[in-house]
Amino acid sequence: MAAGGESHGATDSASYYVSHHLTHLQVGEGFWTWNVDTLFWSTLLGVLMCTFMYFGARKATADVPGGVQNTVEMLMDFIGGLVKESFPGPTKFVPPFALTIFVWTFLWNCMDLIPVDLFPDLAKSVGIEYQRVVPAADMNATFSISLSVFILIIVYSIMGKGAVGYAKEWLFHPFGKWLVPFNLIINFVETLAKPVSLSLRLFGNLYAGELIFILIALLPWGVQFVPGFAWAVFHILVVTLQAFIITVLSIVYLSMAYESHDDDH
Amino acid sequence: MGINATLIGQMITFSLFVVFTMKFVWPPISQAMAERQKKIADGLAAADKGEQALAEASRESEAALKEARTSAQDVIANANRQANDIVEKAKADARAEADRIVANAQAELDAEVAKAKAALREEISGIALAGAEKILGREVDAAAHDDLLKGLAAQV
Repeated sequence: MAAGGESHGATDSASYYVSHHLTHLQVGEGFWTWNVDTLFWSTLLGVLMCTFMYFGARKATADVPGGVQNTVEMLMDFIGGLVKESFPGPTKFVPPFALTIFVWTFLWNCMDLIPVDLFPDLAKSVGIEYQRVVPAADMNATFSISLSVFILIIVYSIMGKGAVGYAKEWLFHPFGKWLVPFNLIINFVETLAKPVSLSLRLFGNLYAGELIFILIALLPWGVQFVPGFAWAVFHILVVTLQAFIITVLSIVYLSMAYESHDDDH
Repeated sequence: MGINATLIGQMITFSLFVVFTMKFVWPPISQAMAERQKKIADGLAAADKGEQALAEASRESEAALKEARTSAQDVIANANRQANDIVEKAKADARAEADRIVANAQAELDAEVAKAKAALREEISGIALAGAEKILGREVDAAAHDDLLKGLAAQV
């Protein structure tokens, strides 16, 4: 955490500015530290999401749908189509799960498009020192989704193949029964790589995006808008794409977990 | 940066949102969508049915029209025939009436002629009698020569 003041010259103040923007508002010690800003913003966005979708669902009608219902229906159609394409198991849980991931991460990512100084400055004016508003740029947030997916991978593997079938897959795939140790190592790495890559992909993209917005904000006042505009336009793509990717990969991982590999070999 | 207790908080929040979506968002909307889908399918089916009914009705009306046309043709033909019959009958009646009138007139004429002939005969027999009286110089007994006179008259 950089503690230097703004009086320490250009480089110092720049590095102070950047690190200040990358410091969470925290309470607690060691592991039991809470990133209050991440929790606040992600919960706020989640409540927004639920309120919006609930408004669409509350007066859901089979006649001509209103604007909100139409939007939610479009999202549901989109996610439901993705799930239907690849996931072979029961469809009570996975579609709403994927929808929540998509909308929630999309809103997280959208926070990156808000000017980087707006909320930190507002927070400062009411005496809050640090404020990071992009939950997706906090690994705790992205890992919360990927760990949930990880747990569900195990649950759906056991549901789809049975405990014995799942154990067999660990022992005998992909190299057959003579190379059990290698199979175990490979499966271990593969299973762990899924949640790690899932969350780090989202985190990395949004963290980098945030960092670049912060760097752009360091440019002289008159020229900021040129790279700022270009990066923001490009970032609209990143925002949507990363939300889409984490959703699709979650669905695909759950499908792979549920499907038996014995069938397609 | 780094993993800390925030992760636990985020996972709890996440599961709450998932449960909310699963309980209160997905079911009513997907039900509404399914209902709408059914409605649309029903509507399309009804439209199909209506189209079929329309085709059927137009076929029926075509048939009815054709039948009406044929029956009208029949009626006209019948009427023509009847009219012809009536005209023929009237003609025949008229001809018969004319014949009868002619026959009556003929019979009357014949009777007149016969009557005239009879009267003439009477007169001739009177004249003959008077002639004979003159020739014979005496009165002929009409009663005695009645037979003769009658035979003479019949010969005239």
